Amino acid sequence: MSLLTIAFTLLFYAATLILVAGLAYRIRLYARTPTPLRIPTTPAPTTTPGVVRRMFFEVTLFNSLFKSNKWIWLFGWIFHAALLFVLLRHLRYFTDPVWSWVELVQPLGKYAAFAMVAGLAGLWARRFLVDRVRYISSLSDHLMLALLIAIGLTGLGMQYVAATDIVAVKAFFLGLMYFDWQPMPADTMLNLHLLLVALLMIVFPFSKLLHAPGVFFSPTRNQADNPREKRHLPTQGASAAQATAQAAESR
Amino acid sequence: MADFETPTLKPYPVIPAIEIGSMAHSQPFVAKEDHQQKLGFPGELVDDWENVAVKKLGELVDKSRALRVFLDSCVKCGACTDKCHYYLGTSDPKNMPVARQDLLRSVYRRYYTLAGKYFPSLVGARDMDKSVLDEWYSYFHQCSQCRRCSVYCPYGIDTAEVSMAAREIMDTVGVGQKYCNEIIGKAQTIGNNLGLPEPALADTLEGLEEDIEEETGVVVRMPLDEEGADILLVTPSADFFAEPHVDGLIGYAKVFHQAGLSWTLSSYASEAANFGMFIGSYDNMQKLALRIREAALELGVKRIVFGECGHAWRVAYNFLNTLAGPFDFLDPDYPVPQHICEVTYDLLQRGALKMDPSANDDMVVTFHDSCNIARGSRMGDFEGGQLVIPRAVIKASCNHFVDMPADAIGEGTFCCGGGGGLLTDDLVELRVKGALPRMEALHEVTEHHGVTHLAAICAICKSQFSKILPYYGFEMDQVVSIHQLVSNAIQLDGQQAQ
Ligand code: HEM
Ligand code: SF4
Ligand code: SF4
Repeated sequence: MSLLTIAFTLLFYAATLILVAGLAYRIRLYARTPTPLRIPTTPAPTTTPGVVRRMFFEVTLFNSLFKSNKWIWLFGWIFHAALLFVLLRHLRYFTDPVWSWVELVQPLGKYAAFAMVAGLAGLWARRFLVDRVRYISSLSDHLMLALLIAIGLTGLGMQYVAATDIVAVKAFFLGLMYFDWQPMPADTMLNLHLLLVALLMIVFPFSKLLHAPGVFFSPTRNQADNPREKRHLPTQGASAAQATAQAAESR
Repeated sequence: MADFETPTLKPYPVIPAIEIGSMAHSQPFVAKEDHQQKLGFPGELVDDWENVAVKKLGELVDKSRALRVFLDSCVKCGACTDKCHYYLGTSDPKNMPVARQDLLRSVYRRYYTLAGKYFPSLVGARDMDKSVLDEWYSYFHQCSQCRRCSVYCPYGIDTAEVSMAAREIMDTVGVGQKYCNEIIGKAQTIGNNLGLPEPALADTLEGLEEDIEEETGVVVRMPLDEEGADILLVTPSADFFAEPHVDGLIGYAKVFHQAGLSWTLSSYASEAANFGMFIGSYDNMQKLALRIREAALELGVKRIVFGECGHAWRVAYNFLNTLAGPFDFLDPDYPVPQHICEVTYDLLQRGALKMDPSANDDMVVTFHDSCNIARGSRMGDFEGGQLVIPRAVIKASCNHFVDMPADAIGEGTFCCGGGGGLLTDDLVELRVKGALPRMEALHEVTEHHGVTHLAAICAICKSQFSKILPYYGFEMDQVVSIHQLVSNAIQLDGQQAQ
């Protein structure tokens, strides 16, 4: 086995462990932190099914953001929707045979990468052009966008500029999954792409990317507006809200 | 107060360019030793306060999922940056909701996150030091906890929760705000924010009864501490003495009278407002809430009704049941508590009140949704009732009603500029500037629809408007209570023709 293969094998095991364990720890912490008082932002749904509906539209359409700022919504929504398709498309490197619905979305995923980079570029432009957003941006906010754009560009590079040996890449990842390690092709663009992805996985649980699990736990959005009908106990919030978050997540 | 310029009203709202530090000088008076100690806080800045503050922050995060999720989740998207009336009115970038949160988040990151511990400058993490504390004191007292930012944030991040936490930490290290803490002390010992003792209250109510009889020829009672009454009315103490609040109180009394409802005020729980919320103190909030429970038990009432107030209604509607419940000793046929607007609305729906809206024909009325009602609570049994019911009551009381532009009312309503414990003379500049978005919306309907009066439903809004309307070229008496309109329009049996 080459040094490169050993390094990437170890890196991806470590990155996966950090991502999964880090997120699990954080989510557990959110779920176990009490909600002393009832604080939904009203007008809010009065029932749990209503809350699930609110959360569903929040997560899929970014409802509040749409009300708030059309530019951020446009760039942000394009970026996230494209990211979703790109991720789904990547499933083909982890499944053998490739699930039929992944085959189906696969062609879309190809163009989604452009949309993703365009969305990110729009968001980054705002960090320079809008004085208010420039003021609140710290170095990490810029670096996060740079990282995602770099991942997108190296991915596009392999697609359109310097094709990589996809069969070998797939063998590498299936090898990781079944503990039957296979060589990592020595291809600069590919290696860079994968290095950046591993970096993203590692920073995920320690960064603002926690907004992804966080949104499901936000009390202003996931609490039903029924304090007179149902007495809210300061210690009781945890399990109920967790159930709501899971219900919303599983949709 | 320091001189400052009242912002000019523009024909349409403009998002200002940032002016760094333009409100850094704004700070309310610091609480005196005895005001602090009464509430269980240290009288002055404690030794080793940096560590005490950091430790308290950790405790608060462990106790509040909201705080933890909010501090972790902000992506700095910027959607909230133009949503705060204090930013719009002052241009100070630290009044942008996300920047306000960052004052606290920077410290949270430094001590409680891996990234902030090892790469502080990367993520904007800061040590807790005197300059940070000064900034906190200044800018967490430039947040009226109105929750407008929370409506527009993709994760519902509520800066109000963050500023409540920051104020609690400051109280814990001995740096409290005079206005809030002095008032909480009064409410906890005397029973109301104004410090009116029982005899003064009785006297005032008697005077009001006489006024009503003189005006209408009908004896309308204003009972105090009357055991066996059905309804305990808890109302902000401003209703006992200031205009236009008092006219609202007269309105409630007329409604109860005409509907034949038996009611009473309590001298022990003679305050609806609960400033404990403003300083983020669960314990102090609970102490005030328990007075209401005790009064209800003592007087043996069947229902609890709240008068016109904004944050009081948020505490009552959302928190009372948690803080002082369960209220299983009250009549289960009525929600606990009820808002006076709900009571009046129900009576109107049932045709139990005779109204002559032409009594208010000298006014063209618009309505200021209070933040804590619009975004922090509900009325009625349907989603959004808090926006519908007050308007329905107004429309039943007057013939000419016009709403302000859609982005300035409803869930997007702009704060009056004086909420959240900022209604004090030492913050006049902030209050005037923070009222700009509301004044622009009012100006718009004044110009185009001939609006003459601004109806409000909150004691703080009413006091704030009375003070700042003149700065913008309006008259202070253009603000009216909703139940003042009701009072004018309601037809009492046996009333003299006017
Ligand atoms: C439940 C899933 C998710 C939801 C509901 C969600 C929602 C949002 C929203 C509403 C924004 C603000 C608007 C914007 O700037 O785009 C945002 C920003 C962002 N999201 Fe997500 N997101 C999710 C998952 C993810 C994931 C998995 C990533 C990871 C790679 C990610 C990366 C980002 C980044 C980097 C930003 C900041 C963009 C900027 O700097 O302006 N999000 N997200
Ligand atoms: S809208 Fe929410 S996520 Fe965006 S910057 Fe403001 S607080 Fe942060
Ligand atoms: S709660 Fe209101 S006053 Fe405070 S930051 Fe948000 S919008 Fe501004």
